[in-house]
Amino acid sequence: MADERSNQKPPVNMRGVMGLRRGGPPGSRPVEKAKDFRGSLKRLLTYHGMHKLSITIVFVMAILSSLFGVLTPKVLSRAMNILYDGFITIIGGERPEIDFNAILKILILLGFLYFLNAAFNYLQSYLMAGVSQKIIYRMRREVDEKLTKLPISYFDKNARGDILSRITNDIDNIGTTLQQSAVQVITSMVTIVGVLAMMLYISPLLALVVILSIPLTMLVTMGIAKRSQKYFTKQWNNLGDLNGHVEEMFTGAAVVKAYGYEDQAIAKFCEQNEALYENSRKAQFISGVIMPLTGTINNLAYVAICIVGGMGVINGTITFGDVTAFIQYQKQFSQPITQMANLMNVLQSAVASSERVFELLDEPEEEQNETIVPKPEKVLGEVDFEHVSFGYSKEKTLIRDMNIHVEPGQLVAIVGPTGAGKTTLVNLLMRFYEIDSGSIKVDGIDIRNLKRDDLRDIFGMVLQDTWLFSGTIADNIAYGSPEKDQAKVREAAQSAHIHRFIKTLSDGYDTILNEEGTNVSQGQKQLLTIARAMISRPDILILDEATSSVDTRTELQIQQAMEKLLKGRTSFVIAHRLSTIRNADLILVMKDGDIIEQGTHDSLMAQPTFYADLYNSQWGTT
Amino acid sequence: MIKLIKRNLSGFGISLLLSVLTLVLHAIMDLYLPTINANLTNNGMARGDIPYIIRMGAWMMLAVLISTVAMICSSYFSSKTAMGLGKNMREEFFRHVQSLSKGDVDKVGTASLITRGTNDVQQVTNAAIMMLRMMLMSPTMFVGGIVMAWQKCPELAWIILCALPPIILLMIYMLKKGMPLFKSIQKKVDTVNQVVREYLSGIRVIRAFCKDDYETKRFDLANLDLQQVSLKVARMLAFMMPALMLIINATTIAIVWIGGHEMQNGTVEVGDLTAFITYVSMILFSLMLMSMMFIVLPRASASADRINEVLAMRSDVADPDAATDIRSLRGGYVTFDDVSFSYPGADMAVLEHISFSAKPGEVVAIIGGTGCGKSTLINLIPRFYDTTGGSVLLDGTDVRSLKQDELRARIGLVPQKSFLFTGTIADNVRFGKQDATDEEVIDALKIAQAYDFVMEMEEGIQTQITQGGTNVSGGQRQRLAIARALVRKPDIYIFDDSFSALDFKTDAALRKALFERVKDATIFIVAQRVSTIMNADKIIVLNDGVIAGCGRHAELMKTCDVYREIVCSQHAESEVG
Repeated sequence: MADERSNQKPPVNMRGVMGLRRGGPPGSRPVEKAKDFRGSLKRLLTYHGMHKLSITIVFVMAILSSLFGVLTPKVLSRAMNILYDGFITIIGGERPEIDFNAILKILILLGFLYFLNAAFNYLQSYLMAGVSQKIIYRMRREVDEKLTKLPISYFDKNARGDILSRITNDIDNIGTTLQQSAVQVITSMVTIVGVLAMMLYISPLLALVVILSIPLTMLVTMGIAKRSQKYFTKQWNNLGDLNGHVEEMFTGAAVVKAYGYEDQAIAKFCEQNEALYENSRKAQFISGVIMPLTGTINNLAYVAICIVGGMGVINGTITFGDVTAFIQYQKQFSQPITQMANLMNVLQSAVASSERVFELLDEPEEEQNETIVPKPEKVLGEVDFEHVSFGYSKEKTLIRDMNIHVEPGQLVAIVGPTGAGKTTLVNLLMRFYEIDSGSIKVDGIDIRNLKRDDLRDIFGMVLQDTWLFSGTIADNIAYGSPEKDQAKVREAAQSAHIHRFIKTLSDGYDTILNEEGTNVSQGQKQLLTIARAMISRPDILILDEATSSVDTRTELQIQQAMEKLLKGRTSFVIAHRLSTIRNADLILVMKDGDIIEQGTHDSLMAQPTFYADLYNSQWGTT
Repeated sequence: MIKLIKRNLSGFGISLLLSVLTLVLHAIMDLYLPTINANLTNNGMARGDIPYIIRMGAWMMLAVLISTVAMICSSYFSSKTAMGLGKNMREEFFRHVQSLSKGDVDKVGTASLITRGTNDVQQVTNAAIMMLRMMLMSPTMFVGGIVMAWQKCPELAWIILCALPPIILLMIYMLKKGMPLFKSIQKKVDTVNQVVREYLSGIRVIRAFCKDDYETKRFDLANLDLQQVSLKVARMLAFMMPALMLIINATTIAIVWIGGHEMQNGTVEVGDLTAFITYVSMILFSLMLMSMMFIVLPRASASADRINEVLAMRSDVADPDAATDIRSLRGGYVTFDDVSFSYPGADMAVLEHISFSAKPGEVVAIIGGTGCGKSTLINLIPRFYDTTGGSVLLDGTDVRSLKQDELRARIGLVPQKSFLFTGTIADNVRFGKQDATDEEVIDALKIAQAYDFVMEMEEGIQTQITQGGTNVSGGQRQRLAIARALVRKPDIYIFDDSFSALDFKTDAALRKALFERVKDATIFIVAQRVSTIMNADKIIVLNDGVIAGCGRHAELMKTCDVYREIVCSQHAESEVG
């Protein structure tokens, strides 16, 4: 009997091999379920709309390929019958008359079928790879474009990691599923139905043996999967604890070393490592048992077929070729059955992923206003807040009826305790958030009538939270200007008093800043971003605690450099340290969203003001 | 990678051996099945011998059972081995990182260290389990299949030789083309992730500079790049399976045709023919499985390289072979003798020719601009870095001739970033002294001006601190970090800009309590605020890595321009006096 395994696929997890997925071994995480499975699936399918023709072809070819696959064992069995009959005559002691002409014909047909099976299979996968990659590319692009249209509030409200994982992990997940599993569902179903029909046609009795093995397989698989899940959950928890400890000890390395805590850290690590080892070992073992057990059930069915089939051949109720064909069918049959459960999980999680992507795509965008006024050629820098009201949520109004008038070229300082709404003013000026009522005007133009890009072009901004991207220091400084002029970069660095520091680094201006920026201190980062703002030469400059981590003397020097640079330009300075804003033209003192005092340093100090209190308490000079 | 794995398999040798043996047993049993089946066909079916069929059937059952038991054992031992390997690797890595200096850790970056210690170890472990479960099986299948096939029908064996070249060619094609692609796909995925991550973290700046289009272009470039490589890989994989199937199926046809003729000559029996077909497909499949190994291995080996890179780092701050006994030193005299420091390859030095000394009972303040080298200077005392010129002396002994942990036990350091650990407040304070009593803890908290706010919390000193200390404010964090140093009662205190988040009143109260209680220790204070250090016994003014002035406040106001500028930047002229 032919124990033909040619239709068995290698039991290697292709997803892992593809290198597209990260994380633990398959099946280690509980499957996520989509909230609206049908809706999201439907929408995911609309992406296929563009490729309707290709996908139809793929499906037709997949079905044909599986059908040819189903036919081949039966065709081969005819050749085996002829050979078997010949063999019987040999045993009978006669010279056999094997009909090689008939065999040749069968083999040619068989070769043809094999070829078609392979060819269709290849074309189908080839086409599908193209389609799914295109879909994934489009999805990623759509999401990225969507990001540029989302208001800042979206980014403030949602965790970065969450957004990131939608763009990367979720889309990856959809991609691999589309490419590998979607078509597999079709081929598996065709194969199951086709093979079942063939088996029933050849021998209902033997078919029964095979069918009986199915519930057994499922029972074993599910029973074990459930048990291993327990250990996988424990393993994940252990891993979380361990990673947490590692993270803490590595980030706090300076303290760990300074206090000689290394040994305790190692002891705790070893304890957690041991627990992780125990649970992951068990989880791996139990899940590793599934395959041999289902293999055993299949092998037992195979043995049963050999015995029952062998007796059937002797009784003449079945031909030898049919038994060999049956063995092949049994292999063909068990594979999609065991795959189906896994396939369903994969589909589930892909739909859940697409749901998360769609959620992001459906977020309301930044409003685009109709009336557009062209950006003025020359910005003078007159800024007005007229009856401005604003709140981050509808229920809580933070700023009520605010009125500010800033003359062109003035240096405006905004001071006040934490949570007073200083940064909110910046958010409104830059139109990161939209005001609820009233208006903000630049040179008399309502900023809502300007294109956002034009408006932001007018402003230069340096924030307390510095942002540097991975790239060289020179690139980071030149970010604001289109041309990368080395001399200008150096000049800006010098005015920002960061030139000397850059020169102490191993690669100077070409030093690559790593993502966390561990190689520069917070103060140095602030100086770099100031250099960046200087090079862009904006009409109006906003400094939001821009020098909070810089020492006061350097701060003063930078201010002098900046004054030269910004002569005649309006600037807003938010500062915690009051020493730096004494020479401001206008000081706005904010508290609880209101401007409670305004004036110059001298005028405010002359009276018993909130500002005077603040100033004195900070330096303890009273 | 091999060395890394070999080293970390210690203690799991037996289980590795058992895992391999049971796997081989499983493979042999699987290889045996077609042979029994051939006998069943030849001698039972064709000759109408039903008892023989049943006997052979029983043998097959037995083989299946042995194979199952072997595989379950193998799964047990392979899990144990691979997970043990992971455990040992993680431990080795963690221990090693603990032994590295601060400079080494900074060089790699904390985030990268964490990834290497967790993800990369996981990658190698995953590869190990795959190897133990499947890859080892293929060589056994390959050799066993050839032996069995040869034994069954030596007349047909040459067909195997014909089928091998196309399969091997297919494999070589896969590896040659595939491996670089797999590697590059990982890189492209990383690039896409990085672009998005940066976009998310820099959203305000990007919008302020109107760089949305630029960032979108950057993303699109990375996206397109990724798509193209992924497509290549997907198409290559699409080709692999059908091509393999076609070769195997063509071989089957050849066997039936040629085998048929051999049978007519009486040299081959029909059951042998079917067994032979099975063996040939086993052989070819095992080859393909082996090639999978070449896809999994490069990834694991890249991870192993990243781990090894860290393991190969030798701490540039090493304990001396013959350390001076620290017990022979008394006091807390710290001397900087013509100290210079620069990063390797840098144009300019961070510190140049720094000389000064400090004695017990003295408060030495260091002041200077951002990036002038203040933190570097005090980091030289506990040997977080070693000087590149000159030496730092403790009680007249070069700190490099002391053991690091003994040296650091003499020092109470409060770093710039007041890092707290998960655990209670008491745990965090006891970090400074394991066996501190509650009274000592409370006393330290009181001096650090932390007692009041700690007592206001519901659980007092038993209050839990979350990871990174996010549930207390910056000023509170600093005070807890100060208490941690105080509880040690060390000879030398180092406060690296540790009062910056405190308001003036707390700052003053803390210093007052500190100087009252700590009378015989040497205290270093790095600060930006003049008011914090005005009363120090010695103020060292650092400017661009050199000492611009050294002395008391009043002296420096007269003699040191830099100092005067610093003071003026913080106080209105009238207030300086």
